[in-house]
Parts: sequence; structure tokens; C-alpha cells
Amino acid sequence: MFDSLSERLEGAFKTLKGESKITEINIATSIKEIRRALVAADVNYKIAKEFTDKVKEKALGQENVLKAVKPGELMVKIVMDELVDLMGGQAAGINIKGEPAVVLIAGLQGSGKTTFSGKLAHFLSTKRKKKPLLVACDVYRPAAIDQLTVLAKQVGAGIYTEPENKNPVEIALKGIGHAQSNGYDVVIVDTAGRLSVDEQMMTEIANVKEAILPNETLFVVDSMTGQDAVNTAKAFNERINYDGVVLTKLDGDTRGGAALSVKYTVGKPIKFVSMGEKMDTLDIFYPERMAQRILGMGDIVSFVERAQEQFDDEEAKRLEKKIKKNKFDFNDFLGQIGQLRKMGDLKSLMNMIPGMSKMTKDLNIDNSAFNKVESIIQSMTPQERGNPELLNLSRKKRIALGCGQNLDEINRFIKQFDQMRKMMHKMTKMPGMGGMAGPGATMKRGFRKRR
Amino acid sequence: MSFFNKFFSKEKKEDLDKGLEKTKSNFFNKLTKAVAGKSTVDEEVLDELENILISSDVGLETTVKIIERIEGRVAKDKYLNTSELNGILRSEIVSLLAENNTIDLEEFTLPTTEKPAIIMVVGVNGVGKTTTIGKLAHQYKKQGKKVVLGAGDTFRAAAVDQLKIWADRVGCDFYSKGMHTDPAAVAYETTEYAIKNGCDVALIDTAGRLHNKINLMKELTKIKNSIDKKLGGAPHEVLLVLDATTGQNAIEQATHFTNATDVTALALTKLDGTAKGGVAIGISDQFKIPIKYIGVGESIDKLQIFNKQAFVDSLFEA
Repeated sequence: MFDSLSERLEGAFKTLKGESKITEINIATSIKEIRRALVAADVNYKIAKEFTDKVKEKALGQENVLKAVKPGELMVKIVMDELVDLMGGQAAGINIKGEPAVVLIAGLQGSGKTTFSGKLAHFLSTKRKKKPLLVACDVYRPAAIDQLTVLAKQVGAGIYTEPENKNPVEIALKGIGHAQSNGYDVVIVDTAGRLSVDEQMMTEIANVKEAILPNETLFVVDSMTGQDAVNTAKAFNERINYDGVVLTKLDGDTRGGAALSVKYTVGKPIKFVSMGEKMDTLDIFYPERMAQRILGMGDIVSFVERAQEQFDDEEAKRLEKKIKKNKFDFNDFLGQIGQLRKMGDLKSLMNMIPGMSKMTKDLNIDNSAFNKVESIIQSMTPQERGNPELLNLSRKKRIALGCGQNLDEINRFIKQFDQMRKMMHKMTKMPGMGGMAGPGATMKRGFRKRR
Repeated sequence: MSFFNKFFSKEKKEDLDKGLEKTKSNFFNKLTKAVAGKSTVDEEVLDELENILISSDVGLETTVKIIERIEGRVAKDKYLNTSELNGILRSEIVSLLAENNTIDLEEFTLPTTEKPAIIMVVGVNGVGKTTTIGKLAHQYKKQGKKVVLGAGDTFRAAAVDQLKIWADRVGCDFYSKGMHTDPAAVAYETTEYAIKNGCDVALIDTAGRLHNKINLMKELTKIKNSIDKKLGGAPHEVLLVLDATTGQNAIEQATHFTNATDVTALALTKLDGTAKGGVAIGISDQFKIPIKYIGVGESIDKLQIFNKQAFVDSLFEA
């Protein structure tokens, strides 16, 4: 619903055709556009103002080097750099040094603390070879303890609960004791959701923190949070002085301006982003991606990563060989479609590609887009699928009857398939593109190494 | 339970009021200064107004709409003092909320006189669907109605247990097929249960889902259809629960949930915090869906009937 910032800036600069300098006068409109874009992305309006003031200063200071780039492009770059700068800062790992290390989780109701606790346990045991214990200190919400117990089981972590005890400080302390005597090396303390204006509850979490002296205190924020993110982040910080922030529900389509608001207000690093209900959907925070997301510029890296999850190395190598020999066939193509489908809804995938959101805005793309193609391939005999060259007119006619489409459509598809095959074959011969084997494989090689 | 008795201490409340008055007087001082003897609204006033609305998550589009309406009113009627402008301002926002052709409810009434009334509750993860259902059930139960809760969130860990605890608390009936069962079947059978057992109302819970997950939204449509299959015309209400702390993404939520299930009413939760939930104004206006309930605390009686005037007033407080 919102145009991306680059589009808006293009508009703002249109009136200045021929002008290649950023001046106090011509910058006003674009600064306003940037501010609007930020506010529309739920960045706190005061922060948006301070931020754009800074951008303006920078932009005016750069007058001289402007000859080469268009003012609009330069503005976008300045905004991006500033955003990344603000949200990034020190590299922020999680502190799990301790015998055992204690991690305290806090946040508002419904921000996703319990789910995150489960994910963190999974992350620490799979990526850091730790043996985590989950401790259930949400003594208020009905079935919160059961929820954590189920998650612990799912991720194979330990669980400590005291269903009859209503004192979170006691439970947390005993949980740590339990960890010490049972060989757990990380304790994750899940707490009840609370509002920052709830004095009694805020005192409670402060008491928990004081009693257990955690190595790491994490504040969990729903990425869909609006202007209030600033108040909440500040209030929690004043009481528990947390070490880092966790952004949840980033698998939604929110622009996530809260990330900037929180970082700007309390200066604490964003340590994790959480995106999904499955336990393995936890990632570290990348400021560049968040900046692009806030500005509505797509998120190509997330797209690539989602692709990587679905394509395995073996398959990629097999395909690569086939393409090199120009032997890519309909079976391979069918497999690729299947994998693409697993990545999720096509429209949301396309929106991750920079510039695409403009094109897909009014399009009603659904996953049935591939149905036609699939039905054509499925109407072929196994021999035809393995040898696209076999397809002569009588075979095509038979396929058309089989899939209920007319001959033109069959011809069009086969032609497209041929072109695609030639393209892929050519690309394998290009220098530096050796690993080209379908969309997934390319990405795997291209991005993993560069990190 | 102890948290049922939780409330602000007296001093705290006074502090709050003091802070509130300060903010109010600041805003109106500025208003007075800027409008004295003028017949158009000053830029400064509009900026201030814009800040207040934006910081309440009202959103750019709706904020602009409100401001334009006020400018229009002032140009037409002129005004003499700030209290008049203040009045205009509030009445314009209220009328924006009222344009969905509804009046505020007087009490917790059922959406239909038919028996049983079926209410399906939807929303993204963590907005407070289950809690809202528990509180709503409590209100109906208080009126002597026979209530059943249907455990349609069969996905999230311990969601069924959570609803069961609410049913016990309220003292109403509960229908579940357990975890990881088909939610559409749960909805169908809950409806069937309500019919067979002479319930006045069935409240059907659903799993939280992000609105951009197409397959999960399709599932929601299926759940709704399965209710209709058992009882033609049901559900009589599809209640979309929105979290007051949510920003502009709530508009996207409303769009997609409305597409999937024809939402008929909104509940705005967590209004006891510092968030204002202003995005609901735009949603109510844009989708012509009334806000029916607000959640103002965790305890069982902390669900209120939405009151436009009080809601608008709260935007200009604290």
C-alpha cells in the first residue's frame, strides 16, 4: 500500500529535472517524503524527524560530489547508510558464558516470549552445542507453563516448572539450582508478559533479575509494534537494563519501523530476529536487510535464504551437471517448481525482490500460476519428460488432449522451456558463473561464500 | 488469584492524572495561542494535532483526512476559541468512527436473536484472542446465558489447555477434539454441540496466524464455511482481535482477515498500556467495521464495550 521510498523520492525530484545539486530549497520535499515513509513504516514520529534532520545535514554537505549520481539516488544512499549505521553498531552476540549461563526473557503480552524461548533453546543446542534448560516463570497466563513444556519437548531441551508456585523469583532460582545439579549449561528463564505501566509486575521482573543476575537479559518486541515501541522499550530498559532486543513475527509483512525506534531510544543491539512458528526460524539481525525493509525496498537476501533452505547441495550438483550437458529436462523443471512452491506464497516472494513490489501491487498472483505448466508436464510420458527432443506434433496433440489445453499453449510452453534451457546452458559457460544450476543452486554459491 | 486484584495504587493514579493534565494543558495552551482571533487553523496547530494523531498510531492517511475535515469545518463555521476547536476536533473524529453506521453498544448483546449465536474469533499471533473469548464468555455467562467455547486453536502449544482453563474459570461448557486436530471439524462440531445442548452462544477460537500466510488464511475461510454448513447463516459474528500496540500493519491485517472471513466486528486489546490503538480509527472508517470491545486488563472482567467518545478523549490524554 505504500510506495517504496525510492519511488517517492523519484517523484520528489521530478520537479528538479536538470538540477543536479541538492540545495536547501529542493531538498525540502524529499526530506518530507523520507519522514513520511519512515512514519508509515511505524518509526516513531519524533525519531523520524531527528533522523531526517540528520540526513538533510549530510545531504547538504555532499553538494560537491554530486555530479556523477542523480540526487534521488544519492538521497536513498544517504538514508540507507544512516539507517544501517543506526541499527547496526557493535556486533552483538549472545553472552552465554557462565556455569550455567542464565538468560532472562522479558516483554509485553503476546510479543512472543515463550515461542522465542523455545527457539533460543533450539538455537543454542544446535548451533552452540549447549544443553539448555527452560524455566517457566509465567505463573499468570493460563497454560503458559504447559506451552513451554511442549516446546521444550519439541526442541529436546530440559524444562523446569513449579505449577503450584506463584513466585517467579523462587522458581527462577530453583531452576538455576536444578540446572547446576543436572548438567545444564544454559538456563533460559521465560517470564510473564507485562505492561510497562503495571508497577507491580515491573517490580516483579526487576526482582527476578536482581535475584538471578542473568548473563544476558533480552527484551522481546513484536515487529508490528507502532509508535508505542519507544515508551515500552524505555520503560523496560529503565527497570531491567536489558542487554539486547529480539524482534519477533518478522515473517509477516510489517515494515518493522519499531526496530529503528527501539534501537534509537535505548541504544541496545538487536540480537535476534524471529520469523515463524517453527522452532528453527531464528536468525541473527542484519541491519542492511532491516533498513531495506523499513524503506520498502525489498529484501533480496531473505529471498535468497528462503531459497537456500529448500535446495539441497546434492540436487544442485546433479542439476548443474545436467545443465552443462544441456540435458535439463521436464522432470528437473517439475522438481524446481515443487521446490519453489515450498518456499511459500509467490506474491510475497516476489515482493522481496527490490522493485518488484511496484509490479505485483495490483496483481493477483497465487500459487496456481504453475498449475498449467505442471499439468502439461504431467500429461507427458516418462520418455518425453526425460527427452524434450522427442516432442513432435502428434505427441504434442496428445499432450494437449491430456491436459485439456490447446495446442498453442503447449507450443508456447515448450518454446519457453527451450529458451530457458539454452539460457541456463549459456550461463554455465560464463566466467565466474560456474555453479549455475537453477535458481537455488546459484544462490547457495553466490551468497554463502561472500559472508 | 492474586493478579485479579491488581490495580493502580492511589498515588500512582494521581501521578497519572497530573501527568495527563500537564499534557492536556500544554496542547490546549498551544491551541489557544495559535488560534486566538483567527478564522483559519494555524500551521502550528495542525502540526501539533498531526503529532498527537500520528503518535497514537492513527496513521498518515487518516490523520490527513481528519485534518482536512477540521479545516473544512473551520472555514465554513469559523470558531471563537480553543474549546470550540477542541469540540470540533473530537466530534470530527467521532463522526469518522460513526460513519460505519453503528451506534455504540449499551451492553454485551449477542449478534443475533437466533439461538445459538455463533461467534468466530480471528487475529494474528499474540493479540489476545483466547483471553478476549474468556472475558466475553464471562459477560454472557453473567447474563445467565448458556455458553460453549470451541477450542479451534489446535496448533499452538497448549492453546487448548489455555481455553479450557478459561472455560473452567467462567464456568461454561467447553468443546475440544484435542491438539493437532482439524480446526474446521472443531468449529463444525462446536456448532453442533451448541445446537444439541441448547446453548445461547458458541465462541470459537482459532489459531493466531499472520495475514500474509495464504494457506493459513484459506484454512480460516474453510473453518467459517464449515460453521455455515452446520448452521446456515452462521457464524453470526466474526470478531477480529487487534492489539492496540500494533502500528500501521493492523490495516493489512484487517484487509486480509476481512477478505478471508468477512469480519463483522473489531476488538481492541491491551488498551491498559501506553499504546493508544489509533490505527483502529482508520480501520473502522475504511472497512466500515465497528469496534465493539476493548480489553483493558488481564482479569476476567476487564473487557469493556467500546465507547467512541471515551476512546477519542483518550487519544488526547497522557
